[in-house]
Amino acid sequence: MNATTAEADVIIVGGGLHGCSAAYHLAAKGLKPIVLEKHVVARHASSASAGGVRRLGRHPAEIPLAQASLELWHRLGDMLGADGNFRPSGQVRVAENEAELAACATRVGETRALGYDFEELLDRDALRRTVPAVSPHCVGGIRVARDGYAFPFKATTAFRHKAEELGARILEGAGVTALDRAGERWEVATGRGRLRAPVLVNAAGAWGREIASMLGDTAPVKPTALMMMVSDRMPHFVDPTVGAMGRKLSFKQMQSGTVVIGGGFEGKVDHATELTELDFRQLAESATNAAAIFPIMAKARLVRCWAGIEGVTPDDLPYIGPSKAAPAAFHSFAFCGHGFQLGPIVGSITAELIVNGRTNLPIEPFRVDRFA
Amino acid sequence: MASCDLAVIGAGPAGMAAATLAAEHGLDVVVYDENPAPGGQIYRAIETVSLARNSDLAFLGESYRAGAALARAFRASPARFMPGTTVWLVQKDRAIGILRDGKAAMVQANRIIIATGALERPVPVPGWTLPGVMTVGAAQGLLKSAAMAPSSPVVLAGKGPLLFQLAAQYVAAGVAIAAILETGARPIAALPHVWPAWRSGTIGKGLALLRAIRQGGVNIIRNVVALEAEGRGRLEAVAYRTVRGTGRIATPLLLLHEGVIANAQLTKAIPLAHEWNERQQCWQPMLDADGNSDVEGIAVAGDAGGIGGAEAAAHSGRLVALAALKALGKIGRIAHEALAETERTAWQRHLAARPFLDALYPPPDASAQLADGTLVCRCEEVTAGQIREAVSLGCAGPNQAKSFTRAGMGPCQGRMCGLTVAALIARETGQSMSEVGHYRIRPPIKPLTVGELAALE
Ligand SMILES: Cc1cc2nc3c(=O)[nH]c(=O)nc-3n(C[C@H](O)[C@H](O)[C@H](O)COP(=O)(O)OP(=O)(O)OC[C@H]3O[C@@H](n4cnc5c(N)ncnc54)[C@H](O)[C@@H]3O)c2cc1C
Ligand SMILES: Cc1cc2nc3c(=O)[nH]c(=O)nc-3n(C[C@H](O)[C@H](O)[C@H](O)COP(=O)(O)OP(=O)(O)OC[C@H]3O[C@@H](n4cnc5c(N)ncnc54)[C@H](O)[C@@H]3O)c2cc1C
Repeated sequence: MNATTAEADVIIVGGGLHGCSAAYHLAAKGLKPIVLEKHVVARHASSASAGGVRRLGRHPAEIPLAQASLELWHRLGDMLGADGNFRPSGQVRVAENEAELAACATRVGETRALGYDFEELLDRDALRRTVPAVSPHCVGGIRVARDGYAFPFKATTAFRHKAEELGARILEGAGVTALDRAGERWEVATGRGRLRAPVLVNAAGAWGREIASMLGDTAPVKPTALMMMVSDRMPHFVDPTVGAMGRKLSFKQMQSGTVVIGGGFEGKVDHATELTELDFRQLAESATNAAAIFPIMAKARLVRCWAGIEGVTPDDLPYIGPSKAAPAAFHSFAFCGHGFQLGPIVGSITAELIVNGRTNLPIEPFRVDRFA
Repeated sequence: MASCDLAVIGAGPAGMAAATLAAEHGLDVVVYDENPAPGGQIYRAIETVSLARNSDLAFLGESYRAGAALARAFRASPARFMPGTTVWLVQKDRAIGILRDGKAAMVQANRIIIATGALERPVPVPGWTLPGVMTVGAAQGLLKSAAMAPSSPVVLAGKGPLLFQLAAQYVAAGVAIAAILETGARPIAALPHVWPAWRSGTIGKGLALLRAIRQGGVNIIRNVVALEAEGRGRLEAVAYRTVRGTGRIATPLLLLHEGVIANAQLTKAIPLAHEWNERQQCWQPMLDADGNSDVEGIAVAGDAGGIGGAEAAAHSGRLVALAALKALGKIGRIAHEALAETERTAWQRHLAARPFLDALYPPPDASAQLADGTLVCRCEEVTAGQIREAVSLGCAGPNQAKSFTRAGMGPCQGRMCGLTVAALIARETGQSMSEVGHYRIRPPIKPLTVGELAALE
């Protein structure tokens, strides 16, 4: 690989969920893509992720994609031969007072008006039936039945392995340092030699801005450390993944009994080392939120805290679609803390754009030049 | 947020000596230890033993008595001691997270001395998770703090000074020892290191221990190459193999020990820069001659910086305290140099025994004889075979092994499996331990509940 320049049909920069999903969908269409990953597959957001498969509360622009992605999640096992531990145990968002319940009703109304009926308003009793352990002060909420969660590392490796089986290659330890358009081909310099391909995909996550700027696209991204914590095993007490209207919370009990708590609290990113530092003042607030909605959690022992680096954009929406500055280059990065659910479909959109030159899903809101 | 000049974490010989010296020179010193009293591992419960059960000192041995003087000086010093306090977080900016009486709080220190001591090297053998299998250190802790000794004949297996020390203590206390199964051979490699070890007094102490054990009529079986704890639901017997043959001893209690390693959990969580110690087969923080780490204002003393033993720990504690006094302007450069020189010389003299001990009791190869079925990660129940399988699927390091197998993801945060998992990966992939690296450790490194964190002060 080092001496000569290797050839592929498509070069994918970044071996997270989005890079592996693109590799799978391209390979399934008969192309030979190669994924260039700086470290190892799923080193960053795609293993640190909370793994929520959630349409509930999504930005209207993301809903059509999320709808299509959910159908792929339900078929993941058939498609990939491994289901990434996807469990459709539902998603719930809790209202703690009448004002929040009113906001729930408004939200459900808005999604209905757009033509989607997946969100269901819960009154006090319905909430208690769905989430018996919820704090007595909670008055209702929203539920989405077919949503759920999966194991991020397993889902990412499921795409990776199926892609490889279909002829894709994965090169780890191959950070992309430079890009060149030579005639009809992209030529890419990596830590493990040079590669050439007619088409390039930028799936570099929080580092996608650097690849975009090599292509000539200006796409602002703030690398952000999203923090999580997990408790010791507890007796089973909740099925759906739970969030809250008035607090930053993402809460789920895994089959093993451990409880995973997040909600978008930020730690610090060390750019040079790509490591993160936790902020325990912020985590204290995260713990407060978890215990407020689930009083049973106050006594739960924390086993581990961590953070993953995710790219966040000014409007909290990702960059998806063709480069505006360069030919035959496509973006799929900066998913702002909610790109796990979108992984299966965005890889498919990218493959469609490359193979068919178009997609039926509305990706205009995710244009790379929307801030230029 | 509360603050102090100097926070000392750990009140073993290193922490006590450091805090005493620093406080006597006028620094505002706070000392945290999760134990209810000062003493650390070796001098655990030193005050109660020396006050209430003076006769106990006889079987706990001469070296235990030395700790009483350290503890007295520490108590007499102006250092503020916070017993029963766990430190679950240390940040690079020297903010410290503590937990006391169920209350979590943050404290800002000007400087920090980490003196959290050693851990016993985990000994994964088939059956090591059965009730009835313990470590030598845990058994010794019971002996010191609760005067609890086993009532039926016990088997000790492994090697190292601590194992023989406990055996001698048991002999003195009249506890029956069914056998000592000494793993590995006593290597010739130790010979060149004999003289410095002799000068430090280590060999004399060791020979005295062995004499005491022999006089107690204990059966010592040497050259043990494989061990297995057997039993349904709890330990019933220990099976072993030596170069000459196999054997089986019925016993309800097996005590394992393969030496101690630096307790790097806190130093890794910060994280300080670490290096792989090939001789002692463990990670330890990279320190300068004064014990300073690569992070400004954070130093490490005693066994937490690399195994040196109790006497070395006290000198290292004073050496590190002197550096803090200099840095905070309490003593001048010249005074520092004179005082530091004395401590450093004494420290080096005690450290001189380590190459001998390390060569005499070489750490076992953590990956070599592990059968595929042996549990490696006790929390998540991951076996050696599962780690090997993950490697064959492309897992290249311990942090990836977490994702592949969940090893190291349980409550102990990889304390028990970190070295073994890394050694297995190193062996399977043909890399060195420093290439393979170690788990990224994240705070909280000590138990903390969601409610306690929520009420963080
Ligand atoms: C803590 C946390 C919780 C989350 N929870 C949820 C959730 O519940 N639901 C949800 O939908 N989403 C969630 N997300 C978001 C979701 O996980 C991410 O959007 C998704 O994993 C992003 O995948 P990716 O492939 O774009 O990025 P990544 O997985 O980060 O992959 C990008 C890869 O590119 C590589 N790379 C970077 N630069 C280069 C280069 N120059 N050359 C080669 N390779 C390079 C990186 O090493 C990295 O492996 C969460 C994210 C985090 C961090
Ligand atoms: C189990 C065990 C038993 C040992 N027994 C002997 C023996 O009998 N004889 C002998 O010569 N050597 C013994 N050793 C070796 C011994 O550790 C050293 O010789 C000596 O005690 C080192 O002194 P120190 O001050 O560096 O650390 P230690 O004496 O280990 O003191 C460290 C102190 O730090 C505290 N601590 C650690 N982490 C935290 C935290 N996060 N928060 C709050 N407090 C914390 C501990 O409670 C402990 O009191 C033993 C080691 C171990 C692991």
